[in-house]
Amino acid sequence: MDQGIGRPTVAVWKFASCDGCQLSLLSAEDELLSIAEEVHIAYFLEATREVVEGPYDLSLVEGSISTPDDAERIRHVRDISTTLITIGACATAGGIQALRNFGDLDAFRSLVYARPEVVASLADSTAIAEHVPVDLALRGCPIETDQLVEVISAVLAGRKPLTPTHSVCVECKLRGNLCVAVADGTPCLGPVTQAGCGARCPAFARGCYGCFGPTESPNPASLSDWLEEGLGVDHPELLRLYRTFNADAPAFRTESRRHEEVAP
Amino acid sequence: MAGPQHVGAAILAVDELDPLIVALRDDGYRVVGPTVRDGAIVHADLESAADLPRGWTDEQGPGTYRARPTDGDARFSYAVGPSSPKRELFPPRQRLWTATSDSDASFQVVEEARESPRIAFLGLRGCELAAIRIQDRVFLRGSYQDEVYAANRSDTLLIAVECGSPAGTCFCASMGTGPRVDDGADLILTELLDGDPRFLVRVGSDAGAALLERLAYRDATAADLDAREQVVTAAAERMGRTLDVDGLPDLLMDNLDHPRWDAVADRCLACANCTLVCPTCFCSTIEDTTDLRGQTAHRDRRWDSCFGLEFSHATPASIRTSTKARYRQWMTHKLATWVEQFGTSGCVGCGRCITWCPVGIDITEEAAAIRRASDPTSADLPVPPTGARR
Repeated sequence: MDQGIGRPTVAVWKFASCDGCQLSLLSAEDELLSIAEEVHIAYFLEATREVVEGPYDLSLVEGSISTPDDAERIRHVRDISTTLITIGACATAGGIQALRNFGDLDAFRSLVYARPEVVASLADSTAIAEHVPVDLALRGCPIETDQLVEVISAVLAGRKPLTPTHSVCVECKLRGNLCVAVADGTPCLGPVTQAGCGARCPAFARGCYGCFGPTESPNPASLSDWLEEGLGVDHPELLRLYRTFNADAPAFRTESRRHEEVAP
Repeated sequence: MAGPQHVGAAILAVDELDPLIVALRDDGYRVVGPTVRDGAIVHADLESAADLPRGWTDEQGPGTYRARPTDGDARFSYAVGPSSPKRELFPPRQRLWTATSDSDASFQVVEEARESPRIAFLGLRGCELAAIRIQDRVFLRGSYQDEVYAANRSDTLLIAVECGSPAGTCFCASMGTGPRVDDGADLILTELLDGDPRFLVRVGSDAGAALLERLAYRDATAADLDAREQVVTAAAERMGRTLDVDGLPDLLMDNLDHPRWDAVADRCLACANCTLVCPTCFCSTIEDTTDLRGQTAHRDRRWDSCFGLEFSHATPASIRTSTKARYRQWMTHKLATWVEQFGTSGCVGCGRCITWCPVGIDITEEAAAIRRASDPTSADLPVPPTGARR
């Protein structure tokens, strides 16, 4: 029984990742049934073994390109997808595993694995967009379920999705959060991090960890200078601040490199 | 506002604050005033005088704010908090309409119902009253009246408390908006801390006069008036900042290519905090969404900022791509082009943009730097050393 006729087909792909972004789709409990009614979920191994052959109208791609096989497979995914949306920090910026881009892969490999020679890895973990054209990138570690539902709704309606590229600070101010940086001296990446999470961490009096990666026009150098001179944050700490989930996003990568150079 | 019937000044004992708040609540007002929350003195709903920030003060500087308890007993010994009446009158998010469709053929648009909440603002500073006057001008007295703002503003009561504790980022005296308040509010209070703590009250409207009549007051004496004069005079002398507004619009507009704009752009994060905390910034954007089934659509309005790329998006792209262009747009509008557009400066000197800038950019210092560099008698270098970038 094919219920998919007339409905757009959706495929969900996994590359190097923790599956958390796919889970964001599965945990969209209020909307999941509606999604399943409006689209035909044709390939989603995290949810079902049943596979409908491509091509697909919409592919959601989780994970980074980390192995030679990945680099081949993503080209195939692109070939059989009309619209390709990357979901999460791994797919859009290389993810936490891109920390290896700052180190020596062979050194890690021989330390971690008993038989390193059987591990086929690329030297760098890279974003999907470095390999194939991407139609839309959904940020976050993990993505926000609300944003994913919004993007699917927008694709279905043929309209522009509402995924603002301004700073987390805008969300703090809309929400009425007290600024943890100004009022408490807490280091916070909010001013250089893209909105989308609803300023969740500052709402709980924590500094922003930068899960959504750099804003549309980030200035991390100025923020770091302020953190260093005003709050006494040292270079190793500044380096760590930018080297998390979006370490290889260009603006954060450049900034953490700057502190690598001056770190003792 | 009709002319005041009650012309003299009165004195309220501190104990009368609670009856004041109770009277307002009995009249159906939400009483929005200062209270300590999460380590800051913010505007929030007050239930009684016990909610006021008794014994608290604030310390503010570029990029830094701290609320601290003091040994004192004063309720209003702080400057201004992070939010302003803008949050109530021009809320961060406003639903405009909802459209629903039962079939592909037809849909129905239902505009959001507008209620007029009764809000009594307690503790407004001169700068905040000035900001309300500016937003009144923008939203109510232009070619079009803003329905959302008009509804929220239509049943408000304004109770000022003159500022006796300006912060390090304050410059209302430069802008002529405070700390002295002589009109623009229904009641104008001054907290007097000499001798018996008490409030001098002046009436600014019939509604204010009627409210005062429900409280136990005595007539003010010459000594009370002197005490008030000392409070506001001392406050005016303790401004943390000054802004020389003499010829400022022309000065800025004649210096649009000044290298100082590059210097400030090096520091600016384009995070939009300054515009969102500003009590007069009024920009918004429209957000349209549809649901998964395509049966319900919403049109919402939310605060926007000229520091965002999308703000100046004109097909095919943003026309203010550099942070330099965006900072210059904000500052020249606030201090210069606002005057020709609305007849006053857009700045009230509250200092919020300085305090809540995560890297402490100071609008008064930026203006002063351009003035210095344009003054042939100044010995200052035209561009600050890049080490000034913090």
